Amino acid sequence: MLPFDFDYYKPTKLNEAVALYQSLDKKEKKPMFISGGTELITLGRINLAYTEAVIDLKEITECKVMKFEGDHLVYGSTLTLTKIEETNLFPLLTKTASEVADHTSRGKITLGGNICAQIFYRETVLPFLLADSQVMIVGSEGMKVVPINDIFKEQLQLKNGEFLVQLATDKRFIEAPYISIKRRQQWDTGYPLITVAALKMGEEVRVALSGLCPFPFRSKKLEDSLNNREWPINDRVDAALAELPRPILNDVEGSSDYRLFVLRNLLHDVLEGLDASF
Amino acid sequence: MDVIGKSIVRKEAQDKVTGRAKYTHDYHSGAMLSGKIVISPYGHAKIMKIDTTEARKMSGVRAILAGEHFPLTGEDIRDRPPLAVDKVRYHGEAVALVVADTPAQAKKAADRIKIQYELLPVVHSPTQAFQKDAPLVHERLGEYTKENATPVPGTNIATHIKIRKGNMEKGWAESVTTVEADFSFAPSDHAAMETRCSTAEILPDGTIKIMTSSQAPFMVKQLIASYFNEDIGKIIVETPLVGGAFGGKASVQLEILAYLGSKAVGGLPVKILNTREEDILTSPCHIGLDAKIKFGADRQGKIKIANIRYLWDGGAYSDKAIDLTRAGAVDCTGPYNIENLWCDSYCMYTNHPYASPFRGFSHSELSFAIERTMDLLAEKLQIDPLELRLRNAIKQGDTTPTRVLLNKSNVGNLQKCIERLRELIRWDEGQMEEINDRFIRVKGISCSWKTSTIEPNASSGVILIFNRDGSINVMSGVVEIGTGTKTVLAQILAERLQMDVDKIHVRMEVDTQTTPEHWKTVASRGIYMAGRALLKAADDVINQLKEMASIVLRAPKEDLKVAESRVFLRDNPAIGLDFADICYGYQYPNGNSIGGQIIGKGNFILRHLSFLDPETGAGKPGPEWTVAAYGVEVEFDRRDYTYRLVKAVTVVDIGTVLNKKAALGQVMGAMSMGLAFAGRETFYFDKYGRVLNPQLRTYRPLRYGENPEYLVDFVLTPDLEAPYGARGVGEHGVLGMPAALGNALSVASGVSLHRLPLIPELIWKTKGGSGNATV
Amino acid sequence: MKMQIIDLHVNGTLRTVTVRFADTLLYAIRGKLGLTGAKPGCLNGDCGACTVNVDGWPMKSCLMLAIEAVGKNVTTIEGLKNTSIQQAFIENFAFQCGYCTPGFIMNCHSLILKHPDADDETIKEWLESNICRCTGYAEIEKAVKSVLEKK
Repeated sequence: MLPFDFDYYKPTKLNEAVALYQSLDKKEKKPMFISGGTELITLGRINLAYTEAVIDLKEITECKVMKFEGDHLVYGSTLTLTKIEETNLFPLLTKTASEVADHTSRGKITLGGNICAQIFYRETVLPFLLADSQVMIVGSEGMKVVPINDIFKEQLQLKNGEFLVQLATDKRFIEAPYISIKRRQQWDTGYPLITVAALKMGEEVRVALSGLCPFPFRSKKLEDSLNNREWPINDRVDAALAELPRPILNDVEGSSDYRLFVLRNLLHDVLEGLDASF
Repeated sequence: MDVIGKSIVRKEAQDKVTGRAKYTHDYHSGAMLSGKIVISPYGHAKIMKIDTTEARKMSGVRAILAGEHFPLTGEDIRDRPPLAVDKVRYHGEAVALVVADTPAQAKKAADRIKIQYELLPVVHSPTQAFQKDAPLVHERLGEYTKENATPVPGTNIATHIKIRKGNMEKGWAESVTTVEADFSFAPSDHAAMETRCSTAEILPDGTIKIMTSSQAPFMVKQLIASYFNEDIGKIIVETPLVGGAFGGKASVQLEILAYLGSKAVGGLPVKILNTREEDILTSPCHIGLDAKIKFGADRQGKIKIANIRYLWDGGAYSDKAIDLTRAGAVDCTGPYNIENLWCDSYCMYTNHPYASPFRGFSHSELSFAIERTMDLLAEKLQIDPLELRLRNAIKQGDTTPTRVLLNKSNVGNLQKCIERLRELIRWDEGQMEEINDRFIRVKGISCSWKTSTIEPNASSGVILIFNRDGSINVMSGVVEIGTGTKTVLAQILAERLQMDVDKIHVRMEVDTQTTPEHWKTVASRGIYMAGRALLKAADDVINQLKEMASIVLRAPKEDLKVAESRVFLRDNPAIGLDFADICYGYQYPNGNSIGGQIIGKGNFILRHLSFLDPETGAGKPGPEWTVAAYGVEVEFDRRDYTYRLVKAVTVVDIGTVLNKKAALGQVMGAMSMGLAFAGRETFYFDKYGRVLNPQLRTYRPLRYGENPEYLVDFVLTPDLEAPYGARGVGEHGVLGMPAALGNALSVASGVSLHRLPLIPELIWKTKGGSGNATV
Repeated sequence: MKMQIIDLHVNGTLRTVTVRFADTLLYAIRGKLGLTGAKPGCLNGDCGACTVNVDGWPMKSCLMLAIEAVGKNVTTIEGLKNTSIQQAFIENFAFQCGYCTPGFIMNCHSLILKHPDADDETIKEWLESNICRCTGYAEIEKAVKSVLEKK
């Protein structure tokens, strides 16, 4: 039961959505873009989200694409996770996405919604961080295309009135060997204790993490340590663990010390699975 | 006919697969107002100020209740204000109630009520509550009205049950080995899929109509009459189908708020539907426990003595926790014959949500402590854990902790259960099997027993009326909470009358004005009590049918037989009458009629139950003891301490199987619940006593595919007092699961596990993990 | 409170309902159309008791605004007539209290249509979306597999 009322808009064009936001913002309607809209409902009902004007991006053509353009695979931001899984064009993304929430909910949760979520796991961003994808963003200053690793700092750095339109990923990454593991507090359902996604490009292992810190991240320093073939495997993992951003989460899913224990094992699994030298 | 034992499909099955089955919240009239509770955000705090000014101005608001002194409520101790006044004692406690035209309006207004609190020190556990300098949850404990409870003013003790049996000095002297251990777990939740919902309406003539998702509609009537001095005859409580209960809907809480809400708006109908968060926080929960167990045994492994202390986490209000504390005391030893026994069972007040019954009524909880101790004892004595249990298993001729002498009827055959468990879990192939360097398969076992500690004067009644085609309607006050009890009642009737079960109709809804009372639908006592009442009603019907037929057929009653919806001559079945011919009187060809409609009635009250002696605990708390043995097999990762549930076994002495698939379903469902409680479900609290996981995305019951393969079998030792010998079976699957899992994981991990839930992090911590994990 | 008049295609019929934009599909079908088969269990997308079928896919109707369902085909449990999955639930004792049953059946129904050859992994992935607190899931597994095998 949402304890507030809002107007609802469903633009079909990018510029229409941008303009709507600007005008509603001026009227102090606290406009909100939604695509799946699940957080509007789940956070709104407990007073953690509020808006007087919802702009639903689902019907914007550019946000719905899923196709190869030359060497790039392009995903629109309003594709549902189920659609992405069922089509399975990017196996690492399929695997990572398939562990988010549950299957039915993934029929509503969208790629853009998950990447831009308030909840801090945002696991579907991990494959894109690993694949040096490009993101297309639109806002009052028009359209821009930016490498995701330049603009995703803990979260996607969107300015007021901007939204995510598409993500483009080079085919080379899509075909690369990968691993994605989600470890939970217990058994097979629930939030992640840690989710690790990893890709192998040439000899290099790339790793991105969610659930360890209150934001998902990929760390170059951590990867450098893991890829240091001069060292025995244990030292590589130790060195990687010394390069973690802070804070390490310490919550009902698990203590920070335990998370580090789990991470150590996961990093071993990643190297074992992807690094032939192991 | 042999309807008994058949997997008869439940009577309401079609309704349940088509969406036609209706639960309390599905009944809604346009005129119904919505109630919304404002809850306490803290575990323990003084209420400094409640400002409802802004909320009262909101559109649609009809009434706001806050800060008012209503009569205190509570079953054994009247310690609970319906809405908190002066201070709040748990996170989630109802502080105010808004009544508005729509749910959205009620919620909007509730959000605008401003309450100022001043934090008080929080009592975080029953052990802390037990300490001398602990903050008091109830400062005026001595002033409360009470019944069957022994609160100690100036402490947090709500009641104390003592069990004293045998001679402790002798017991210790005869023991060569002792084990002592502590066990602990926090409260958790029932998480029935239907959140609690109640509506109330007060008619101009004073009739109070309540509809509620409850296991105890007759208690609702009784308690509202008693709490608020209402005329009991004017209270009508209806309960339609209930969407899962598990003990959580045996407490009376939301009904009171709906009643007060309706009263505040001149009797208009008011509905309160718990959100999931309120259902977890505000409504009563599954009790927590801190236990201390000490066993002494001789060289052969015979347990000579037990010293037990249970500190139950009753939470902020005692309500049903008093009974839970008593139930935990009467079966405190688990299903073992221990002649020298000292047990103190305390109901402690804490700043946690308060407890209601939970499937098993204290027994899955105490079994975790007892059965883990049994494994510790086996290890110390170097006796096989299964063998140790066999040697000590309770049997006829033994006495229970409260000194009830067991006979061939009032206790099941535990040895047989254990032997069957041995086969099903392939115990003799070894407790541990190595798969590779990392993975092992490990088994753990446990046993349980349980009697139903219900009120000595609890009763049940059944009325049978006919339709003109000779089919019968069964009316019983048992609530259909999912156990299929009412379908089984139809089977019992079909068996007794030797008729087609399809010609028996069961009224699913309960209405306290027209349905004969069944005390409460709890304690696996539906079949036992309502079944006995039903058999009496059936005999009443048979007698009346024969009486009518004897006149028409001009034959003595003794020569008549009833079967196939007919009354006929025993030696010549061709001569007889259909039920349809006589159930509404018999009409002769010339129109003359005799007799009238046949109405069967039957009642039942438990025999010889007694209150417990306050100093020794001696007394008869329940009618019979159902026993069971359990096993759990896990695949354990020695590197990560993660595990998968592979198999779970329950062998229960069920007396007689009345409905095979229904019984299996009860047991498997209970096992699933027990494993989830053991492996994942708990409330996580912060320093303010706040529950950090009040949603189903953070409070996590078992999901599809996380369950093990279930192996269930039955031993059949009839209870001579029960309908067709059947023992209760609704709860027993739960009881041994936490202990069996704990035993398996303790062996697998090589450390003794003493807490729940058994998450990998607990194992890691117990192994001293945090020392070497930091970077 | 601003009310909107919208058209919903529910169980093959066009229905006009008056809702707030902030109302969920669950609220609209239960409160406005009297289709109470879909149950509120958490209103948070966690339990699956409110699952309906939207354009052939399972949907938690508490996670969808009524306005989002405009132009889509919504099927609720009341729209299923004598399907094999309903029968299988009865025969296999795949429910007790029945509260989660409409949602479970709607999810199973979609699964059977979308993946008639579903393997264990797919079944698990789909059915993890619903909580049944009464059974231990063994009966539900039997029920859904009995229908899949017939396909």
